[in-house]
Amino acid sequence: MLHLNKRRSAVAIIGLCGVVAGATALWAGRTGHASAPVIELTVKRFEYSPREIRLKRGAPVVLEITSLDVPHGFNLPDLHVRADVLPGRVTRVRLVPDRAGTFTFRCDVFCGTGHEELDGSVIVTD
Amino acid sequence: MDISHERRTFMKLAGLGGAVFASGLPGWAYSARRDAIADDFYFVQLSDTHLGFSDPAINPDADGTLAKAVAAVNELPHAPDFVVFTGDLTHSTDDPVERRKRLAQFRDIAAGLKVKDVKFMPGEHDASLDRGKAFSEFFGATHYSFDHKGLHFIALDNVSDPAATIGDEQLQWLAADLARLDKRQPIAVLTHRPLFDLFPQWDWATRDGQKALDLLAPFEHVTVFYGHIHQEHHQTTGRIAHHSAKSLMFRLPAPGSMPKRRPLPWDANVPYRGLGFREVDAEVKSKRFALAEYPIAKA
Repeated sequence: MLHLNKRRSAVAIIGLCGVVAGATALWAGRTGHASAPVIELTVKRFEYSPREIRLKRGAPVVLEITSLDVPHGFNLPDLHVRADVLPGRVTRVRLVPDRAGTFTFRCDVFCGTGHEELDGSVIVTD
Repeated sequence: MDISHERRTFMKLAGLGGAVFASGLPGWAYSARRDAIADDFYFVQLSDTHLGFSDPAINPDADGTLAKAVAAVNELPHAPDFVVFTGDLTHSTDDPVERRKRLAQFRDIAAGLKVKDVKFMPGEHDASLDRGKAFSEFFGATHYSFDHKGLHFIALDNVSDPAATIGDEQLQWLAADLARLDKRQPIAVLTHRPLFDLFPQWDWATRDGQKALDLLAPFEHVTVFYGHIHQEHHQTTGRIAHHSAKSLMFRLPAPGSMPKRRPLPWDANVPYRGLGFREVDAEVKSKRFALAEYPIAKA
């Protein structure tokens, strides 16, 4: 019985942690990103739209990426960003460009015959 | 004429560069003298044949290049112990029927090799759209290991997952495969993508490749032969040596040398420029490799 109570307590604590973590994530999603402009990006076989994103160095933005068809990736290694982009949900990534230049982002989840041309550019200026 | 002399003569006649590496590199040392290679064995690596690719501006002989490579291998005066194709046997197609048609066509052309032992590996063009299903129907397992004359070979699949991972299950298999080996056992890894972050900006990486390299790190003599980037590239990570092979369909630019990763146009002045295959000489006792690159034009 004691053992059962301990298990129930543990489950309750884990559940509470989960709720707190979820609430924290939600809070961060609404307020932590609220001060950063949102840039919407869609991806489909075999095109990102827009294909070119212009940013200011040091200025945070939130990318909201939506797949219009199949699973894709968003990989921008020069600015340390990568995410899976699954259809049916919006993928949000926060980005603070730490250097100026032109950087390629590309799909890194093989998505079909035009996969290798599925890319775009981020242009960061001072 | 003994075999080694015969082969040296061929190299000389072909006017090809011999081994290009200085000794003293990690992994196996690389023989700078072809003469040093005598009675051991060699295998041939062919890669990125992309059968089904069609763009005359890139390769006007897209349907004939693989057959020329097969003929060139068959003309080697001494047959290799085996041939390995390190992936992208076919060019990707969204149509599963067409994919199998291309794989069948590839199989039939490769059957012209006068070599008993031919090993196949998938590239992302063959396997990423159906997780290796069609490839396996034609060529069997997408990862495997085997021993040959003192070397342990490991074929790793980093393409059947469209997200370019090896995956935990295969990594566990790799760990188990390595667990039975002495740390001094020479190992040759065959794979398609680079296992290290060669240039992730162009998707020239394996997302969990470092996990495989960590498993291989305790071994003293590890060399990786791969394809994917359509050009020679030689690098060491830790004491593991990595060598990429040329394509048999089209060239790609050097990593980061152009804004976009796009096939380079055909050079009418130098047909088949940048295309070719590789001979890997293995001198087992002294743990040395020598690489020789063969152009298609010689065929």
